[in-house]
Amino acid sequence: MPAWDAPPPPSSFRHWGIREVNILPTERHGLYDPAFEHDACGVGFIADLNGNKTHEIVSKGLEILVNLEHRGASGAEKNTGDGAGILVQMPHSFFLKVTSSIGIALPVPGTYGVGMVYLPKEPKARKKIQGVVERCVSECGQSVIGWREVPTDASSLGPTAISAEPSIWQVFVRRAPDLADAEAFERKLYVIRKYVERTIVEAGFEGAHDFYVCSLSYKTILYKGMLTPPQVEAYFPDLADNAFESAIALIHSRFSTNTMPSWPLAHPFRTLAHNGEINTLRGNRNWMKARESALASELFSEDDIRKILPVVDEHGSDSAALDNVVELLVMAGRSIPHVMMMLIPEAWEKDPEMSAEKKAFYEYHGALIEPWDGPASVAFTDGHLIGATLDRNGLRPSRYFLTKDNILVMASEAGVLEFPSEDIVLKGRLQPGRMFIASLDEHRIIPDEEIKHRICSAKPYGEWLGNKIVVSDLPAPREIRQPATDSILDRQKAFGYTLEDLRMLMEPMVRAGEEAIGSMGTDTPLAVLSDKSHVLFDYFKQLFAQVTNPPIDPIREETVMSLVSYVGGEGNLLTETPSHARIIELERPILTNDELERLRWVDKNGFTAKTISIVFKAVEGENRLEKALDRIRRQAVDAIEEGYEVIILSDKPVDSRHAAIPSLLAVSAVHHHLIRRGLRGQAGLIIETGEAREVHHFACLLGYGASAVNPYLAFQTIEDMRRRNLIAEDVTQEKAEYNFVKAVDKGLLKIMSKMGISTIPSYIGAQIFEAVGIAKAVVDEYFTNTPSRVDGIGLETIERETLLRHRFAFEAIELEDGDDDLEVGGQYAWRQRGERHMLSPDTIHKLQQACWKNDWNQWKEYTRLIDDQSKNPITLRGLLDFQNLAPISIDEVESVDSIVKRFATGAMSFGSISWEAHTTMAIAMNRLGGRSNTGEGGEDPRRYTAVKGGTKVSDIVGAKYALVDYEMKEGDSLRSSIKQVASGRFGVTSEYLVNADELQIKMAQGAKPGEGGQLPGHKVDKWIGATRHSTPGVALISPPPHHDIYSIEDLAQLIYDLKNGNVHARINVKLVSEVGVGTVAAGVAKAHSDVVLISGFDGGTGASPITSIKHAGLPWELGLAEAHQVLVRNGLRDRVVLQTDGMLRTGRDVAIAAMLGAEEWGVATAALVVMGCIMMRKCHLNTCPVGVATQDPELRKNFHGKPEYVETFFRYLAQDLRETMAQLGFRTVDEMVGRVDKLAPRKGVTHWKAKHVKVANILHKVESESTAYCSTKQDHGIDTALDNELLKLCAPAVERKEKVRAEIRLRNVNRTVGTILSAELTRRHGADALEDDTIHLKCTGTAGQSFLAFGVKGVTMEIEGEANDYFCKGLSGGRAILYPPRNSVFDPASNAIVGNVGFYGATSGEAFIMGKAGERFCVRNSGARVVVESIGDHGAEYMTGGRLVVLADIGRNFAAGMSGGVAYLFDDEKTRSRVNKAMVEIEDVVEPADLEELKSMISRHAEFTGSAKAKALLADWTNSVKKFVKVMPVDYKRALREMALEAAEGGKA
Amino acid sequence: MGKETGFKEFDRKTFGYKPVEERVKGYSEFMIPLTQAEVETQGARCMNCGVPFCHSGCPLGNIIPDFNDYVYRRRWDKALESLRSTNNFPEFTGRICPAPCESACVVGLVKPPVAIKTVELAIIEHAWANGLMSPKPPHKRTGKRVAVVGSGPSGLAAADQLNKAGHSVTVFERAEKVGGLMRYGIPDFKLDKNVVQRRADLMAEEGVVFRTLANVGVNVPVSELRQNFDAIVLTGGSTQPRDLPIPGREGKGVHPAMEFLAQNNHRVAKLEGLRNQRGEKVEEILATGKRVLVIGGGDTGSDCVGTSIRQGAKSVLQVELLPKPPEGRTERTPWPTHPGPAMFSTSTSQAEGCERDWSVQSKEILRDKDGNVKGVRAVKLDWSKGKPEEVPGSEYVIECELVLLAMGFLHPEHKFMLEELGVDLDERGNVKAANHATSVDGVFAAGDMRRGQSLVVWAISEGRECARAVDAWLNNGASYLAAKASSLCQAKT
Repeated sequence: MPAWDAPPPPSSFRHWGIREVNILPTERHGLYDPAFEHDACGVGFIADLNGNKTHEIVSKGLEILVNLEHRGASGAEKNTGDGAGILVQMPHSFFLKVTSSIGIALPVPGTYGVGMVYLPKEPKARKKIQGVVERCVSECGQSVIGWREVPTDASSLGPTAISAEPSIWQVFVRRAPDLADAEAFERKLYVIRKYVERTIVEAGFEGAHDFYVCSLSYKTILYKGMLTPPQVEAYFPDLADNAFESAIALIHSRFSTNTMPSWPLAHPFRTLAHNGEINTLRGNRNWMKARESALASELFSEDDIRKILPVVDEHGSDSAALDNVVELLVMAGRSIPHVMMMLIPEAWEKDPEMSAEKKAFYEYHGALIEPWDGPASVAFTDGHLIGATLDRNGLRPSRYFLTKDNILVMASEAGVLEFPSEDIVLKGRLQPGRMFIASLDEHRIIPDEEIKHRICSAKPYGEWLGNKIVVSDLPAPREIRQPATDSILDRQKAFGYTLEDLRMLMEPMVRAGEEAIGSMGTDTPLAVLSDKSHVLFDYFKQLFAQVTNPPIDPIREETVMSLVSYVGGEGNLLTETPSHARIIELERPILTNDELERLRWVDKNGFTAKTISIVFKAVEGENRLEKALDRIRRQAVDAIEEGYEVIILSDKPVDSRHAAIPSLLAVSAVHHHLIRRGLRGQAGLIIETGEAREVHHFACLLGYGASAVNPYLAFQTIEDMRRRNLIAEDVTQEKAEYNFVKAVDKGLLKIMSKMGISTIPSYIGAQIFEAVGIAKAVVDEYFTNTPSRVDGIGLETIERETLLRHRFAFEAIELEDGDDDLEVGGQYAWRQRGERHMLSPDTIHKLQQACWKNDWNQWKEYTRLIDDQSKNPITLRGLLDFQNLAPISIDEVESVDSIVKRFATGAMSFGSISWEAHTTMAIAMNRLGGRSNTGEGGEDPRRYTAVKGGTKVSDIVGAKYALVDYEMKEGDSLRSSIKQVASGRFGVTSEYLVNADELQIKMAQGAKPGEGGQLPGHKVDKWIGATRHSTPGVALISPPPHHDIYSIEDLAQLIYDLKNGNVHARINVKLVSEVGVGTVAAGVAKAHSDVVLISGFDGGTGASPITSIKHAGLPWELGLAEAHQVLVRNGLRDRVVLQTDGMLRTGRDVAIAAMLGAEEWGVATAALVVMGCIMMRKCHLNTCPVGVATQDPELRKNFHGKPEYVETFFRYLAQDLRETMAQLGFRTVDEMVGRVDKLAPRKGVTHWKAKHVKVANILHKVESESTAYCSTKQDHGIDTALDNELLKLCAPAVERKEKVRAEIRLRNVNRTVGTILSAELTRRHGADALEDDTIHLKCTGTAGQSFLAFGVKGVTMEIEGEANDYFCKGLSGGRAILYPPRNSVFDPASNAIVGNVGFYGATSGEAFIMGKAGERFCVRNSGARVVVESIGDHGAEYMTGGRLVVLADIGRNFAAGMSGGVAYLFDDEKTRSRVNKAMVEIEDVVEPADLEELKSMISRHAEFTGSAKAKALLADWTNSVKKFVKVMPVDYKRALREMALEAAEGGKA
Repeated sequence: MGKETGFKEFDRKTFGYKPVEERVKGYSEFMIPLTQAEVETQGARCMNCGVPFCHSGCPLGNIIPDFNDYVYRRRWDKALESLRSTNNFPEFTGRICPAPCESACVVGLVKPPVAIKTVELAIIEHAWANGLMSPKPPHKRTGKRVAVVGSGPSGLAAADQLNKAGHSVTVFERAEKVGGLMRYGIPDFKLDKNVVQRRADLMAEEGVVFRTLANVGVNVPVSELRQNFDAIVLTGGSTQPRDLPIPGREGKGVHPAMEFLAQNNHRVAKLEGLRNQRGEKVEEILATGKRVLVIGGGDTGSDCVGTSIRQGAKSVLQVELLPKPPEGRTERTPWPTHPGPAMFSTSTSQAEGCERDWSVQSKEILRDKDGNVKGVRAVKLDWSKGKPEEVPGSEYVIECELVLLAMGFLHPEHKFMLEELGVDLDERGNVKAANHATSVDGVFAAGDMRRGQSLVVWAISEGRECARAVDAWLNNGASYLAAKASSLCQAKT
């Protein structure tokens, strides 16, 4: 049994006396946990649809692999890859050839199978395991023919890969004659493999760690390893053998955040190769486990079923788990496309264009299994069919082409294989939710519609759905029993309601159907450090997607989201019967009282419900809570055994003698108990609780297994609030409840989408939370497999916490009516009786006074207050103490001047804060040599030059704009050193990039990780509009994801793009702390970021839902320590700068940050405070009275901040740090970084909760071979960029603005072409300095990703060929022309020519594209003028400016979030229904100016590309123009009208 | 909450005052209240700050943003509920509190602060006027008995709180009427005594027993209290005035301010005979027709000024030892601190026609042959070096017939009750009672008697905090009485 730190095997395993298969690195070290590794990658295949097996297919497959190398990654060693591999059909002739010499006589194909097996290198261990394999094979009635050691050549491998390299063998298994057919044999091989895997681990053999079966099949075989793509062929000489033939080659190159060497994690797996991420993995695994006991199939004996369990290997990656399930379902008789449709369904719920039979299929299967949700491009094969599918959102790219010889090639990029263009008969791209299938038996591509019709019509799914029950169809309850109204206050107290909950959280929900919005960060204690009694929900922090997977926009991309879930249904996943559709459908997860009663008394189709009381006797010190948990779990089991299929857990019986079990604990305890007992699939779990009132509560309950929640006390509270007139507007009770539920629904969608999850069934039980401050024993028992790194309170303290509230509710003498209301709260605004805050009236005052008056004594008083707070801890660092002091003289310590260079201010946009605040901070940081940050709002170019002494701000921007004038010193500069690149890409131009010292990619923001943002229209004045390239008065949306980062390799691409955009700037990737951020940081380091910033969850915001501010993300101490540990462990630490921020306040805080691994630090809130911020928390209302976070000119005048204050602040902070350094004996910051040995958990903590907290994990020390701080530079690979050639070629233009004409050849590996050239032009000549068409390059071939990114005016790139993703991203005035090869035989208008996310964030320039473009075309375009023939889904999303002309069809959800610019669309029958009309209107094109514009753009298109389509339209222009419609954002139209009016009036004046 | 842009739209408006010539004719209050609508507009000026410095600056912890918002939303009942949750007697503080909350108001950074005191008073007077202040006795009695000695703001607050908690409370007051300093120290024109009585009556209806003319340690034996009560709360105030030990002090016409003020309050109340605050009969002191010198520049001094003017003094001069404070905030008194006397201000009494002088040190009280005061020899001080230095040759004589000493109070009277109880005193002579428990088990102290002379608002706060300590002591450590610093539902260890 290997030593791994995993929970004990669930009881379902004990039943068979077996242990889990363990093939992967499972050891945790400190904060590193292998469970959080991610991968993403390049994937592709080639197949000869005629079925001819040739060696050429194999070698071409390997060629594709090599051409996708840039999508994979290597670790600290260049020659150790993350993994690569190839899956092929059984190369029978090759095996015949090579086995004869080793004495193996192979029978005919189909009667033997081959296993590709990793074995220990040590011969004794290996032989023993081989013996076990042979025994298992024979136990399963088959026989081993022999073993072949696979020849390998490890000479090119790096040391890490070699350290984990197994001995690789092939085992040949003969089919027993009693098996009916080859497929029965394949199933038997599957059983053998699962059985062997389990047996070997169970036996605990030495070397079991090294054992792994890549594949065991009669049809296919898998060659893979921890290799780089080019190493695959060299490592496996077999692959080079001419006799090695296959009609299929499925390949994969892996980019992993993976931090431990692992061979088995390489793709492909047995059935598939995956590019993407399964976000719902935890829930999917749990649900699969829950279903195991019900599995039965006529294709498998009961003994076989036992042998294949567990279905999902607990320690595999997400892709491996998906493969496990696909394999099971395929083996049990479903076709592989059928299985893919089940597991990765398209967004069917709201699709008006989808057929009824398909909807029925999806709905029926939705009852069987929850979607495996997340961005995914999955290529799969069973040896006969080969295909690929995309997730419902289409978040991964896939392109394909077919040759006239019926060779099909598909890959993550176009251009991976070069074929003569005249040979290509078809080019396309995978579309969201569409299946792409080719059959080697039928020798053709089977269209999506055809294959799906075939599958959907195979069984009468629609008819079977007649068994479905909808709650509203159930009989209405005769009465709804509610506790008496006069006890409402008692019950509110018992469940921890505060005045704030009512006034700040619930009131807005009830009134407006929206979650409450707040601003600035949270600075209150973690629940486990608070004196107050907290509800258990507060101990759970929401996790979110960053880098390895994108969050979703639940508002603009609502079409993919769904709240429908199901209760009931047949548990056996391996069959399909009418009774599988015997389900209860829940429209949404929040049940009204009426709906709950209908369910409680359900008596239909055999459904009955059992209500279990979840209260316990309110007596202290007798472990009543634990006993009650045992009782309810037992009752749940009994209920299921008695046949109840709906279990309602209820805390309604709470009274003066009975306290409620925390609802979350009750739900999760029952959920996990039932999973362990194999019963979970047999009943739906519903919670009726008085506790749930805010969105986070509902999310927790669902995330831990509840199918629905009835918040009866929240409803009653709403009624009471109405009765007492506490709701600002007059709403009926019905409307009030409706609004509340609506707000919860929206909030849930937002929380789900933060993690990239689109459907409730996949969210239920997905456990997307990290626990902070709950004892391991409690987590393991009741919240099994929840990440928890800070051990804390046990059941006794949870019980005490509950009883504290209970006593307060029921024991306190009732005081005079009204006087004794609820607790004040004080979470969201400071209150004397409320929660403690780090920024209190006292600390704010002292900090301001110290910095305004240069008063070091006041500073020390301030730090004493803050650091004392850490003795009465608010944060995790408050639980740490310094140890091993070795005092030195402070004179020996690095100087203040040197330390302040390590400080940065936070990313706050011009827009979220005022011009005055933004520039004051910039001046100060520039003087210090530190760094200020633009935030995501662009920057006024007038700030880019340093000024002469005595220059006033008004001299630069004019007196009208400088509302608070300020005289500057010689050399001062208003320029922000860090330029942020966020998802909105506001004002991100070539000029912006060139004028940066650092470019920061904001992956997430501490206050609202995983969410987008919105700058309300009233904050967008003319100035801000101009800086952001948008229209004044029109709200601006920042999408939740960067649309060019759906995955780690995409981030690497953006890093590369930005480095091309400014080769002198360092690249910084901003992450937010959460479990697994260390592995993400490692990935980011591998993606060549120069700086990794780990933000704490408590960072500030200009506007965010209050529940996000409080409940999403984790403290930086955890994330930073984890990132540092993982980076050191992987030898990556010395090549990145590690930075942290989040409520850093004093030198002590900074010292701890340094010792946990950060050599640079960011401070935002405190810097604002010294400029006058008094934590109004009103940034979102534009009413900041001190002129910091407002654009109101009247209020901006109140700004009294001075750069000197900010300078003093940072100098004091540095001095404060120096004092600590002297005390600890550190002379430099560098030597201090990562020195956790000088930190110790604080001793003598007596706080009733805090005393249980264990922070040792944070202090885990990883020894480093190189420095623990950044000491080397990343190799960005800029030297090999094609642009180096272009610079030479274009020297006359670069140097003298002379015209250049040239031709160049492109391949997909030439990425980001034209960007360095553009940057150089900007640098030399300034923005827009070149004449149009000064440089004109004619390119042929396939353009790699990010072609002409940030291309500037004067540069024209003409491509004859095709292009990949991110075409012209950030286009800054350049021109692109793209058309298919002139000798193409296919119809250019209907074939894919450019990938996804073209023109993302383009600000100006133009382009003409003859062909089809992919998804999200022109997303966030703010100025480019583009003509294209047709586009995919989500076109013109979030567009704020520019023009888009589409000559043929558009995909779904066009113009979502479009707030500016104009689109002209060809109006076919689907166009209008595909436009998302939330923000736009569709008009006819009638205005003369519009008509002229449209005609001129189409004429230019015809001229530049020679488009036949354009020519045809122009030929009959009078009629053609009638077929176009104009899509115009409503707000934009209004703003334009207002501006025109204003101009007219101004003209008069 | 609040009106987001209210502070930009509306100007500050507080309750006004009747013209001087009219108000000095009598002893009635001379505030001119705002209309209900005007108050609602003032409520709208509140910004509902994330860190409400006003709330922090209030010794009671009034949840000011909440009641401002309620008033703005015309929820006067809810505003009252919020206000009463922290303040037992808003009608007192609404009249006479110097409102440190307004000094701390964030609007005050950029505009005149929110008229918090005006809103507060409006809420409570609205409640009295509209029948919202009906008696609400506790639902249950605990059977525990508590004696509160002293009926000033702190004693009343303690009694009110303990009564709410169900304990049976008796208040002992040595004077004829309850109210302490509010009854006898503060002139009627600033705080009408009906306001005090109205509250005392309400408390009596709620079950608080008042025993007046009951001087514990004098005519009520300490032992009686010890026997009959489970706990004793001492709230006797800081009544020992600071004297002026200079030659001539014994002259006729030199009186501690409190004697003068108490006597006048008796007069206005038309009570029989003239008594001092100890209830002892005294001779009449009148400023009528005299030149009055008030020594001491604080609030009590101001009260002497206003009273003297109403009595028809020929002239009134108020002198202060310290230098004249600056007109506005200084480096030493930045926002949000309450500058108090460190900032120049003119009280309503001072506005009624008195002269003021600063940096004046009295050297000797001059008497005529009958021993009557005829003047004070004084000298000007130079404070420029941070400590007082007499200005050479600056001696002069202030001619006057009445000298009122308003130089503050030292500590409680030690004789009788305190001595007999045997409670420890602190170095300043106040009752030593950390967390309100004195050195004697079951005996608690609050208010000026414990913390030294201070504001009424502090006295109320002291009474509340003390009540919680008493309640917890009576209930084995648990108390659900509200107090400002501790929530009701938390634990530390």
